[in-house]
Amino acid sequence: MATVRLSFSPAPVHVRTARLVGVAVARRAGVAEELLDEVRLAIGEACTRAVALHNQYGLPDLVTVEMSDSDSYAVRVIDHAPIEASVGLAKLPPDELADESLTDEALTTGVGFALLAGFVDDLQVRPVDDGPGTEVRMVWPVQRR
Amino acid sequence: MELSLATRTVAEHTVLEVGGEVDVYTAPRLRERLVELVDAGARNVVVDLAGVEFLDSTGLGVLVGAMKRLRVAHGRFGLVCSKEALLKIFRITALDQVFPIYPTVEAATQDSDGGGPTS
Repeated sequence: MATVRLSFSPAPVHVRTARLVGVAVARRAGVAEELLDEVRLAIGEACTRAVALHNQYGLPDLVTVEMSDSDSYAVRVIDHAPIEASVGLAKLPPDELADESLTDEALTTGVGFALLAGFVDDLQVRPVDDGPGTEVRMVWPVQRR
Repeated sequence: MELSLATRTVAEHTVLEVGGEVDVYTAPRLRERLVELVDAGARNVVVDLAGVEFLDSTGLGVLVGAMKRLRVAHGRFGLVCSKEALLKIFRITALDQVFPIYPTVEAATQDSDGGGPTS
């Protein structure tokens, strides 16, 4: 089992770095080539969500991405925002997406969750074990070479 | 790849060609450009996503924001996209039911009623 752990300050510019690392490790782990676009998008969405929450609560703490490739490729994106913040994860119906009253932030959050749920078959969102925070855990199958 | 933005006029439509990665870091620049275009009087806006390599929820939020802004101004908004990877993103988020999405700039600028592609 190999693990790669990346921590970054909650700035949008670092989300791309997390995507690049996440896809590089996925490729190395043996995730099928046709799934890599989904891996890239999902890791990006989970990190974008974490960065947004830290900024919303004024938290300078690092966001952590942990990638491991034991029997599958598992990615955990860990934030340290209050748990109640993750309640906002809800998929929006189409007729509400273009609704005038919907804020940009609510729209982006809803769309981001729709992408996570749509692209990741094995997705869990749960509280972290210690202190405040949420862990978004995503798992993809690997092909052994 | 960094975000690239270029504007041209086609058949009385303002076509914004977007290239590179549209994400939480680069999307604010796309938002600014779209706001500038609408503030400058553009009312038929087509965003050409042909050169886009990556698009996330933040970028989608900016596109919805531009469409709402144009709706208020009695304008029209359309997208050009033929890449399956991006089209899948629109389908999963149900935004394919919100945006008129055309396969080519020509199709987008010739759709006079703005009702979207017929196919």
